[in-house]
Amino acid sequence: MKRLLVLSTLCLSVMSPPAWSQKTTSQGIDEYRAMLQDGNPADLFEAKGEALWTQKRGPKNATLEQCDLGKGPGVVKGVFVELPRYFPDTRRVQDLESRLLTCMASLQGFNEAEIAKTPFGRGEQNTLTALATWISAESKDMRFNLSQAHSEERTFYEVGKRLFYMRGGPHDFSCASCHGEEGKRIRLQDLPKLNQNPGDGVGFAAWPAYRVSNGQMWGMQQRLNDCYRQQRFPYPGFGSDATIALGVFLGVNAKGSASVAPAIKR
Amino acid sequence: MADPMRIRAQASGDKATVRVLMSHEMESGQRRDANGKLVPAWHIAEVTAEHNGKVVMTAEWGPAVAKNPYLQFYVKGAKAGDKIAISWKDNRGDTRRDEATVS
Repeated sequence: MKRLLVLSTLCLSVMSPPAWSQKTTSQGIDEYRAMLQDGNPADLFEAKGEALWTQKRGPKNATLEQCDLGKGPGVVKGVFVELPRYFPDTRRVQDLESRLLTCMASLQGFNEAEIAKTPFGRGEQNTLTALATWISAESKDMRFNLSQAHSEERTFYEVGKRLFYMRGGPHDFSCASCHGEEGKRIRLQDLPKLNQNPGDGVGFAAWPAYRVSNGQMWGMQQRLNDCYRQQRFPYPGFGSDATIALGVFLGVNAKGSASVAPAIKR
Repeated sequence: MADPMRIRAQASGDKATVRVLMSHEMESGQRRDANGKLVPAWHIAEVTAEHNGKVVMTAEWGPAVAKNPYLQFYVKGAKAGDKIAISWKDNRGDTRRDEATVS
């Protein structure tokens, strides 16, 4: 019923031009998103990820249930809002997706380098996306609280900050060119200001997300790599230190914001 | 085998609202791949909804329905505890059936 109401108000505004002009484009898009929210197909990926967690797979025929995502082996709830973080066993700062890949390699025996090289949306990359979708959903509405206790985590924050402002490529773009000011947009998409806290459910707190226009589920790694594509930079690559450092920068800036992931986008 | 559907059914008053998310490519048959060859149509063709084993709705779908489709409808007289089953069949003959309990 609510959906019908929203639909009819949308139709009304199309028929009467004065009402249309009173509503900004972004309000219209917000209404469209609210309509889609109820049937977010991210649910399907969530269900797939949940099943994959307990499914015996890989050369070692093992599940991922002993995977340590930062709160101890097997703990899934609440990990998403504390990643990326430093992991003593790998001696690396890792985000959710690169950590999941580590688990797939160590527990299930998959070839880490090979999966990292696989293009997004193919083969085991789909596994990673589905797992990340489910794990992020387990922390829905929780607030971001990334650790900056370890020196590596502070280093990654600084590196991320520098990458954010680093200009280059044929267009001389940096992340800050689009995400450093209020009120910027690409076509009809509002761009969040990411060198500060953008608020609940925006930016870092909104990925993984399902994109309606192409029917794809995207994790943060794909989001960041695609930002680089739009800047006409080379891809830093899946699980690269560059993308993780940017993740630390965005995640620390988002401290206290509620996560809405998995979200739905245009 | 296709991925499972997500079915939610909630009773309110004398009817239940059923919301279904299906996992399907829904390829329209109009698109071309990187080599310029037509990608063959692959979409759900028939949808059936059952309430406690009795068919309450059937639908014929075509290539114009979106990827990972969402379907919402009301079942008159459905109460909490009733079973709602949804099944679909695509144009390649693949099928999927899932059940949910009205809450």
